[in-house]
Amino acid sequence: MAMAETKATGKKVKFIITRQDGPETKPYTEEFELDYRPGMNVISSLMEIQRNPVNTKGEHITPVCWESNCLEEVCGACSMVINGKPRQACAALIDNLEQPVRIEPMRTFPVVRDLVIDRSRMFNALKRVKAWIPIDGTYDLGPGPRMAEKKRQWAYELSKCMTCGVCLEACPNVNEKTDFIGPAPISQVRLFNAHPTGEMNAEERLEALMEDGGIEGCGNSQNCVRACPKGIPLTTSIAEMNKATTKHMFKRWLGM
Amino acid sequence: MKGFYSRKLHSLLGIIPLGLFILEHMLTNFSAVEGGSQGFKDSVAFLNSLPLLLVLEIVGIYLPLLYHGVYGMYIAFQAKPNNGSYATERNLRYLLQRITGVIVFVFVFWHVYETRIQLALGKVTHDEMGSVMHGILTQPIFFILYAIAVVSASFHFANGLWSFLVSWGITVGPRSQRVSSYVCMTLFVIVSVMFVWSLFTFRTEEFAGATALLQNIRMIG
Ligand code: HEM
Ligand code: SF4
Ligand code: FES
Repeated sequence: MAMAETKATGKKVKFIITRQDGPETKPYTEEFELDYRPGMNVISSLMEIQRNPVNTKGEHITPVCWESNCLEEVCGACSMVINGKPRQACAALIDNLEQPVRIEPMRTFPVVRDLVIDRSRMFNALKRVKAWIPIDGTYDLGPGPRMAEKKRQWAYELSKCMTCGVCLEACPNVNEKTDFIGPAPISQVRLFNAHPTGEMNAEERLEALMEDGGIEGCGNSQNCVRACPKGIPLTTSIAEMNKATTKHMFKRWLGM
Repeated sequence: MKGFYSRKLHSLLGIIPLGLFILEHMLTNFSAVEGGSQGFKDSVAFLNSLPLLLVLEIVGIYLPLLYHGVYGMYIAFQAKPNNGSYATERNLRYLLQRITGVIVFVFVFWHVYETRIQLALGKVTHDEMGSVMHGILTQPIFFILYAIAVVSASFHFANGLWSFLVSWGITVGPRSQRVSSYVCMTLFVIVSVMFVWSLFTFRTEEFAGATALLQNIRMIG
């Protein structure tokens, strides 16, 4: 540290990063120390490490891999576990983080390399619950029903989901022992079932939630709603879909 | 059976009949507090006067308990708790629901063995149940274990009622879930206090039976 303090700003930031060379190899941690710069965040720090891949022991190493796109918390690609909490690295300001900054991949997903994970299961879940509105056909179907402005504003909140996977990482019921699809796709069913055109296929989506690994996997820890960077009311969506699937179950039994 | 339906059945059985049973059990025990040894004997006698008792027991208690308990153990051990990262009250209750479930699972076997099975084997009579409990509960270790178990069962039931209301889509928004939290946690306190109070009452001299019987139970315990 004495050495470090003689440098320009003097201030240093320490990182402990969990790395992994490939999907099957054992994870290990590596430590890095960077010069502090005002406004730096986890992505800019990883970029710094990429430019000068030297660890605290002074060894030249292969740079740490990560993913990012938008750099403004709308794509979800940079999600990782920072100081124990899953979140977007591009929005994680070093000034707001306790040091040393511990960075790990979101292990709920298969790790590809270092901090890069494979979020395919998120997109497969969206396919499974049919999180879209089918309007393709052989002829023009004409304009669909209109949506009330108030409802549109409400639905917009649910549509902010960027399939980042943070809510799955935070959920104690999403793990290698279960097949629970997780909170995000359940909330998407609520969104598409609320849409005036999407509503026409509401039952298909509810039935998808009633398949194995569907909505029944929720155990009400409610971590998801606290973790979601977009403030999506996930637990309200889940309870709403609990209601809808329960109703659907009775309707089917009674042959209605 | 598909996961959805078996999970719904698990949830329903937790309230009907198991939740109703635990309330009934609480009231029966509490009759020891209200009516003393004779009051408890009367309550036990009333239960035994019910028609088709064995059928009631099997359909209303043993089978639902077996299904809910075994499936519950499976659910409990599928969890990967993360209370260190998310130290919220809701996440704590999620963990406690599972821990208390496991405690109740173990306790039920022990408790049924000491009471219902001894009855079935003809080792004790219905009227002697109070003194059986006296024999068990005057031993400090067993008293503590019983106290932990009844508080666990009360929590599991009350918090289970909270999550039942969510699982069936009855409490949907954050506000109704907050109100239901207050109601269910109050229920937890009331049920716990009534159970523990009865445990203390069984320790009093009034419930002491013949010494020979006491010895007998000590051996079993
Ligand atoms: C015999 C041992 C038992 C075990 C291992 C057990 C286990 C569990 C577990 C793990 C859950 C959580 C399910 C979830 O939230 O996903 C649960 C829920 C529940 N349990 Fe039990 N339980 C047992 C006995 C009981 C008893 C005796 C009662 C009745 C008083 C009961 C009432 C409930 C209720 C009402 C729920 C909530 C259902 C829901 O969330 O939909 N359980 N149990
Ligand atoms: S619901 Fe929130 S936490 Fe979950 S994937 Fe969507 S944006 Fe991420
Ligand atoms: S890079 Fe898109 S959310 Fe961080």
